[in-house]
Amino acid sequence: MPYPTAAPAVAAARATGLSKVYGHGETQVRALDSVSVEFRRGEFTAIMGPSGSGKSTLMHCMAGLDTVSAGSAQIGDAELASLGDRELTRLRRDRIGFIFQAFNLLPTLTALENITLPLDIAGRKADQQWLDMVVRTVGLSGRLAHRPSQLSGGQQQRVAVARALAGRPEIIFADEPTGNLDSRSGAELLGFLQESVRALTQTVVMVTHDPVAASYADRVIFLADGRIVDEMREPTADAVLDRMKRFDAKGRTS
Amino acid sequence: MLRTAVRNLLAHKTRLMMTALAVLLGTAFVSGTLVFSDTVGGAFRNKTAKSLDDVAVSVTPGRPGTDTKEGVLDSRVVDRIRALPGVTSVRPSVDGATTVADRNGDPAGTEWGSSGANYVPGKDGKDSRYPLTSGRGPAGADEVALDSKTAAKTGAKLGGTVRLAVDGPVMTKKLVGIVETDNPRVSAGGSLALFDTATAQKLFGKPGQFGELVVSATQGTDQEALTRKVKDALPEGFGAQSGKQLAAEQAKEIDRETSSIRKTLLVFAGISLFVGVFIIANTFTMLIAQRSREIALLRAVGASRRQVVRSVLIEAGLLGLVSSAVGFVLGLGIAVGLRPLLSALGGDLPDGPLVVEPASVLAALAVGLVVTVVAAWLPSRKAARIAPVEALVAVDQAPSQRSLVVRNVIGAVLTGLGVAAMLYVTTLRDSGGMSIAMAGSALTLAGVIVLAPLLSRPFVALFGKITARFTGVSGKLARENALRNPRRTAATASALMIGLTLITGLTVAAVSANQGVDRMGQQDLTADYKVSSNSYLGLSPEVAKTLASRPDVAAAVPLRMTGFQSGGEPTGIQTGDLAALDKITDLRVTSGSLAAVRGKDAVAVSQPYADKHGLKVGSTLPMSFYGGGGAKPRVAAVFAKNDVLVEVVGAPALVDPLLDRVRDDAVYLKAAPGQADKLPAEIKKTLGNNPLIKVESQDDLRRESAGSIDSILYLMYGLLGMAVVIAVIGVVNTLAMSVFERTREIGMLRAIGLARTGVKQMIRLESVMIAMFGAVLGVGVGIFLAWSGGHLLRSSFPEYQMVVPWGRIAIFLLLALAVGVLAAVWPARRASKLNMLESIGSQ
Repeated sequence: MPYPTAAPAVAAARATGLSKVYGHGETQVRALDSVSVEFRRGEFTAIMGPSGSGKSTLMHCMAGLDTVSAGSAQIGDAELASLGDRELTRLRRDRIGFIFQAFNLLPTLTALENITLPLDIAGRKADQQWLDMVVRTVGLSGRLAHRPSQLSGGQQQRVAVARALAGRPEIIFADEPTGNLDSRSGAELLGFLQESVRALTQTVVMVTHDPVAASYADRVIFLADGRIVDEMREPTADAVLDRMKRFDAKGRTS
Repeated sequence: MLRTAVRNLLAHKTRLMMTALAVLLGTAFVSGTLVFSDTVGGAFRNKTAKSLDDVAVSVTPGRPGTDTKEGVLDSRVVDRIRALPGVTSVRPSVDGATTVADRNGDPAGTEWGSSGANYVPGKDGKDSRYPLTSGRGPAGADEVALDSKTAAKTGAKLGGTVRLAVDGPVMTKKLVGIVETDNPRVSAGGSLALFDTATAQKLFGKPGQFGELVVSATQGTDQEALTRKVKDALPEGFGAQSGKQLAAEQAKEIDRETSSIRKTLLVFAGISLFVGVFIIANTFTMLIAQRSREIALLRAVGASRRQVVRSVLIEAGLLGLVSSAVGFVLGLGIAVGLRPLLSALGGDLPDGPLVVEPASVLAALAVGLVVTVVAAWLPSRKAARIAPVEALVAVDQAPSQRSLVVRNVIGAVLTGLGVAAMLYVTTLRDSGGMSIAMAGSALTLAGVIVLAPLLSRPFVALFGKITARFTGVSGKLARENALRNPRRTAATASALMIGLTLITGLTVAAVSANQGVDRMGQQDLTADYKVSSNSYLGLSPEVAKTLASRPDVAAAVPLRMTGFQSGGEPTGIQTGDLAALDKITDLRVTSGSLAAVRGKDAVAVSQPYADKHGLKVGSTLPMSFYGGGGAKPRVAAVFAKNDVLVEVVGAPALVDPLLDRVRDDAVYLKAAPGQADKLPAEIKKTLGNNPLIKVESQDDLRRESAGSIDSILYLMYGLLGMAVVIAVIGVVNTLAMSVFERTREIGMLRAIGLARTGVKQMIRLESVMIAMFGAVLGVGVGIFLAWSGGHLLRSSFPEYQMVVPWGRIAIFLLLALAVGVLAAVWPARRASKLNMLESIGSQ
């Protein structure tokens, strides 16, 4: 591995005074307003908040998919704002894993080829033992030669999870990973994510608006209007739902 | 539905840009051709009409259109016509080929444009037909006037000397005047020399005789009536035509010539349009696939299949109309630009206004419209098949892979028929199989186009294996993308394949023909040089005599050709010093004896001719000559086919008495030992640096024939260039559209760490694979068609043997590679610049 794993206490990613502004003048939108947060190694964090709260923006900025207007975003010791496109691409390739809402698999490649795609791009050899473990964890052993069109939605998303894990990244970002799945496949997938954090000591940051999904996390961060307004440890679906209801009530009264 | 079509068109402006460009270029080619040929035809017609302005009646010896010369046009005839009422003047003219030497002693004009005529001073001492710009008209035997362009080429000033020749020795005359002329032959690269009438008669005809009388009449005279009167006033053996008749005949001739140019150009425009069809069909297939959800929605809310189809066709029609309208304007530009281009290349075209016939406008618009709608028709059927329920299905639908079985069967049948036809052609012994060969070629090409999706798999897989080794994941992704939709890859490659098939086929044929000509010229000619004339009149026999008397010439053998008919079949007989033939050519007599071919009662014939007509030594060959007269010589010898000689050879005594003037076509020279190198310069000097004399070595002769084949080949390359350009646009189009289709994938690849350069390389490699696939198919089919079609030449051109110019074909493949890289530039840039976040989120 080109990047040595840091000590567990160190944050896998950190935002300090992170702001993101879209547009200019009157049409200016402040999507993130001086957000400071840490994502610790080996922790499963869920980011929640009503639509437009900035939760996706926070994830995009932390993952090096979007630029930062002010403040700092760090992956390990790398300051994202100081990196050019080439270095950001390398960083995403080698140190970050992604899971998208719409699976985003390549229809021309088999499940296995999709899983090893980030490694292929990097020109790295897969760590066969690790790969076997990942494939077993997400339960895809019998389906590796299938193309995405021959897999169910849940299976496709599990391929996406395996792809994110395959390169053993420092941190995995998941954007509404259960958004396109029925509740059973969703529950299965969240189980795999939880398992990968516990058994494989991965770090996962997941954006979701589903309280049940959030309840699988170790920690939930609540965003509203571009700020972190609350945090919950050891969440349960009910507790999260209650917290979310307060946003709705506030949204309705204001 | 019209509104949907218009909205769709506007919404996909950039996506349709490349398709519009393809239609536009095709229609520009068509309309450029139409307008150009109309314009040139119009200009020529104006010009000839002007030069016939003051011609009421033209009188010639013999009936017009025949070679018989019964009547004699002399001053008595002139006087008789001049006496007719209504006639204002009669201009007796004599003309013939005259070659003027330029500064370097070379001919100042082209072979067929080097003309000479008599200067006919009117009452004011000037000839109105040739207005003087300086000096005066020629009045004595050693005076000459030239047209201004030729005068400039000779470099002579008024009072200086000009060297010229008609068909014999060089003459030196004093330049006394410079004139203007509107003779189309002269303005198209020829030269004009004017003599006084007596000199011209001596040079071109018999003293006291004229070649043509131009009768002018008072204003308002009925030309037809006057023509009849002129005819009545003359005895048999003269022809008279009115000026109007002549103008009509020339106009017909011009129309025939421009229409043949037009047809040739339209064939190539048609090829370009055909290539465009693939691009249009591809575009609409992709558009419909991308829009299937929209179409399903339309169907779900109640649109009928027919309405969906109509909406697609209306969209195609609008695209076709707009593109061809722009294409027409571009075509006008082509028509305007072609004239100076052709003039620069040596073809002197008369000036004239741009002629835009309404028919050309309509034709261009109709062609663009029809081609686009027809090309969009199949894709529109696909739109109709989209079920309403597809509006509701989830994302990430795999591209539906409809089975290729039916298509492959059709393709195999077509290819099989085509190949069978071409193999049959290879068994044919004569050139009668032309139409079978054409049909076979078309079938083979069509079959391979239909089979292309099947063929693309192994090709792309193999090519991808090679590139993946060097480029890693981008190469692998490119291969998968090219394989993803074989129909699309195949259609894009087919467009390029058509151009390359034609280019390869023509190249192979031309290179093989050139080498065949080489062999042909080399085989039998043993002479060192061929001396011939730059004028179509031939050489005076004096030339051969002068050359034979030189000590450095071992043999000088003149040959002259005379046309005759035998049993209604036109043939030619060559006559000359038969005893000396073996000095200049490797002549093998198979039966009889050449020594017996003497006098006017014996000829020798070639073996193929004897076989064809059942002749052997002792048979009689009835001959009837064009100038009248006939002969019934005996076959005294049969010789093996020979490149230097024609099919019938005889002694001068057989033909010479029938000729007005005896002229040699060529004199073949064998140099005395060790004198060969110096000979050409010595000959030129001996013959007074005569501009008529052309001395060619064996190498020159070979190069001459090769040169004409090569220039035709380069012209073809140029004309096929448009089809290749359109095919390249097609590759750009396919790539741009598939980048659009795969926006989400590209966004994901970027997100998980594929660098911009990797994205670019992926697109570029896909492009190169498509281009190389088209090129390899085209080269393969082209070589096959050239090989099989070449067999048709076996009887008429036995020296033809197929040669594949691998070097040139390697260049074609390299160019295809470059095309692939170039076509990807813009789509790859777009792909690498995509906004990652928007791409991932897009549907």
